[in-house]
Amino acid sequence: MRATPRLVAIAICLIVLAIVPPVATAMGEPYYLRLFERIMIFAIAAISLDLILGYGGMVSFGHAAYLGIGGYAVAIFSYYGVGSGWVHFPVTIVGSALIALFIGAISLRTSGMYFIMITLAFTQMLYFLGVSLEEYGGDDGINTDRSGFAKLIDLYDPWTLYYFTFGWLLLCLLISWRLVNSRFGMVIRGAFSNETRMQAIGFPTYRYKLAAFAIAGAMCGVAGALLANITEFVTPEYMHWFRSGEIMVMVLLGGMGTLFGPLLGAAVFLLLEEVLKEVTQHWQIIFGPLFVILVLFARRGLWGLIPDREDRDG
Amino acid sequence: MAEPILAVSGLVKRFGGVVATDNVHFDVTRGEIHAVIGPNGAGKTTFVAQIAGQLRPDAGRIVFAGEDVTRLSGPQRSQRGLARSFQITSVFRDLSALANVALAIQAHAGHSFRLWRRADRDAALVEPARAVLADVGLAARAHVKSGNLAHGEQRQLEIAMALATRPKLLLLDEPTAGMGAEDSERMTAFLATLKSRYAMLLIEHDMNAVFALADRITVLVYGRAIATGTPEAIRGNDAVRAAYLGDDMPDRVA
Ligand SMILES: Nc1ncnc2c1ncn2[C@@H]1O[C@H](COP(=O)(O)OP(=O)(O)OP(=O)(O)O)[C@@H](O)[C@H]1O
Ligand SMILES: [Mg+2]
Repeated sequence: MRATPRLVAIAICLIVLAIVPPVATAMGEPYYLRLFERIMIFAIAAISLDLILGYGGMVSFGHAAYLGIGGYAVAIFSYYGVGSGWVHFPVTIVGSALIALFIGAISLRTSGMYFIMITLAFTQMLYFLGVSLEEYGGDDGINTDRSGFAKLIDLYDPWTLYYFTFGWLLLCLLISWRLVNSRFGMVIRGAFSNETRMQAIGFPTYRYKLAAFAIAGAMCGVAGALLANITEFVTPEYMHWFRSGEIMVMVLLGGMGTLFGPLLGAAVFLLLEEVLKEVTQHWQIIFGPLFVILVLFARRGLWGLIPDREDRDG
Repeated sequence: MAEPILAVSGLVKRFGGVVATDNVHFDVTRGEIHAVIGPNGAGKTTFVAQIAGQLRPDAGRIVFAGEDVTRLSGPQRSQRGLARSFQITSVFRDLSALANVALAIQAHAGHSFRLWRRADRDAALVEPARAVLADVGLAARAHVKSGNLAHGEQRQLEIAMALATRPKLLLLDEPTAGMGAEDSERMTAFLATLKSRYAMLLIEHDMNAVFALADRITVLVYGRAIATGTPEAIRGNDAVRAAYLGDDMPDRVA
């Protein structure tokens, strides 16, 4: 494989993420672990959204729902004394996938603005469900233990927690890389590019889009479970529409329909937030215009700005 | 007459006040090219879209290969061997010509819940796709993004995608649309080579192509089939002359 600028960028990204714990420890700045964990978790959420948004053209404005489902799966099971990660993560994945199937089954019957609004509405329902569940802290949220994996993985060890998150990120990148290039991925991309044609050549597109919607939900659920683990705290805010918007901004910023764009987008978004917050509390005032300029001038986001070898062309 | 591959009866489609298909009875026999001609807005595309399953008729019945397909979806009809091409080129513009055809092959190669192996290195898709591209004369252009193909080449790709689904009946909506005389003649010659392999419903404005290819012609005007018959019979039909053909009509069968 030739070392194109993009491959170099990928390598740098992954190496940086891999060496954060020793570097942060050496610098005496354990806070960086937390920051980069957040980056990786939102990267997973953004990667999962990009599967349906960037590759499938499904503009889900309710993707934060699955962050909440993953978060509450950890918190509620822990609340009842089931602290095992072997329960938390499978429940998160299956639960998020099922809820995504339900939401998708209804919302995918619509398109355009209606789709956006319906996905938003479902997430708002889940948000208010979270607010109304006094037993689990309601509005105030609920503290939770971290997931336990017997003696195998100790998430109370900072480095372990970090590399556990990193492992999930790598897995999600691998899955989405394989997925988008598989037969299944071709159907999803084809349905975005020209759904009429897809149906005319014989694809029942709905079921494939629904499956992609569920896979994306499950992946984002994992991000939620990880977020609960690093913060040891879950609130309905996980599912706030503002969150859904942020994840979408990360995808757009990094580059829709690209594999590493969402990771880049999540990193730049959270790092900019970190830096700009030092300048002003209303950091969006600075971020907003930057974002608009980028989206206007770089169709494929930051990732699209990194040169690739030219596509073969007539 | 042999049992028709396609039999349409009493088909009606209204768009508000416009009756785009007005109680049409129509059939295509096996191995036949049945052309549908008519002035702009006569309802030809609407007719094809109902047969292929993109539009639901308001009334009528569509029987394909002995099965009532009126209530089946577009993808289901495609699976049964109905393939259409589009008057306005409808391809995956961001994919290569080869990938376009491979996708059509994939649609008929079992389910696509295959999530892991790369599709673009799947010989079971790529090899047949190459063969179809070669068939329509696009082999040398396989790796060009279809959006960057010349118009005539895109029209060839349209046909290739329909052929890749291994259809029993081709529904071709103006295959020569937008083509110059030369390309148009080449397309007509190519369609002639398909004649022995496929039954076709051919919509065409190019009268040379129609009279060169068609076994039968149906004339559609304001959604109504005003005449059906051999090219000679249609040529001699006064109502057809009055409604549509006029000076366009070639004097001899080309
Ligand atoms: N989706 C639609 N909604 C409303 N009216 C439509 C629609 N599609 C077609 N029509 C109308 O139905 C009539 C038939 O249109 P159609 O496109 O089938 O004609 P056509 O014979 O294919 O014409 P052309 O030769 O220009 O391709 C026209 O009056 C058109 O305006
Ligand atoms: Mg038409």
